[in-house]
Amino acid sequence: MANVYRKSYPISAAAFLTCWFSLLMLGGVITHAESQIDIYPFADEVEERRYKGLIEEFRCPKCLNTNLAGSDAPIAKDLRRTVYRLQVDEGYSDQQIRDYLRERYGDFVLYDPPFSAQTWYIWLTPIGLGILALAILGRLLGRARKQAPVQLSDADRGRLATLLEEK
Amino acid sequence: MSRASLFVPLGIFISILALGYVGFSLDARNQLPSALLNKPFPEFSATSLLQPDVKITKAELLGRPVLVNVWATWCPTCKSEHEQLMRIAAETDVLMVGVDYKDIPERAVQWLEQYGNPYDYVLDDRDGSLGIELGVYGAPETFLLNAAGEVVYKRVGDINVRIWENELLPRFQALDIKLHEQSGVDR
Repeated sequence: MANVYRKSYPISAAAFLTCWFSLLMLGGVITHAESQIDIYPFADEVEERRYKGLIEEFRCPKCLNTNLAGSDAPIAKDLRRTVYRLQVDEGYSDQQIRDYLRERYGDFVLYDPPFSAQTWYIWLTPIGLGILALAILGRLLGRARKQAPVQLSDADRGRLATLLEEK
Repeated sequence: MSRASLFVPLGIFISILALGYVGFSLDARNQLPSALLNKPFPEFSATSLLQPDVKITKAELLGRPVLVNVWATWCPTCKSEHEQLMRIAAETDVLMVGVDYKDIPERAVQWLEQYGNPYDYVLDDRDGSLGIELGVYGAPETFLLNAAGEVVYKRVGDINVRIWENELLPRFQALDIKLHEQSGVDR
């Protein structure tokens, strides 16, 4: 009976759940891709790819951890429109568009903060921690090298031999 | 290994806790510092909400301190700060400029009739383009400009009594903005 029951399910419960989960994830990806619905005309595919790259690059000021491409916030929509206008109507270069947004929204819109008086520590902390780790490692290795081998007396050797034999 | 060094991991653990405590208690976590701070207010030309045939430019804002308030009728926080803005308008000599941000002009006019108009100028920014020039990402946002047209202070969020007393009033005094003492006593 149990055998028949099992046979009616060709895949295990775990595999079944995995399939469902994958479908859900796929659904999520599709919704994500559709979340920005503004349609802009581009002269060619290169321009369109440039635009898509730019809106992927900037962070939405309202939503902290989403880029302009992935955000539904009204401000993200406005900024996508601005990027399009600067790129297509005004003919700005990528760097000019970056500077334009940075002048208005600060370093925050760039995921890649420049080295400055406010940001030096986020750049230098990892280097400092790396140096610290190397110093600690060096000290530990040095200490291990300095350790003299232990000298056993004849009595100790005898005890050791009996202990090993007992095993 | 000395006994004291046994406490090193505990010390590291406590400093991580302290870092987390400080990090999560910073209440400005979702407030960006304005890129405009200590910089000149951008040049602009905007339509007046109440006189649609009149254009207002930056030149109108120069020569004395200005409080620029970005608001909209769709923004509940703007409603809650409105009373405080009315008091500031009544009690001080500051030039008040409202930016009606991404709003429906008819609704904004009706709002000002209903709740009172604290502004000397109201700019119609229905497409939010002036907002982008100002680095606005929500409403309300408020900028204080000195007589030279430089941004000396920015507030993201409502202007309440606490913000008025602790942040705006000292700056108003520093900018020599006249306060009408009579009504200033009983806020």
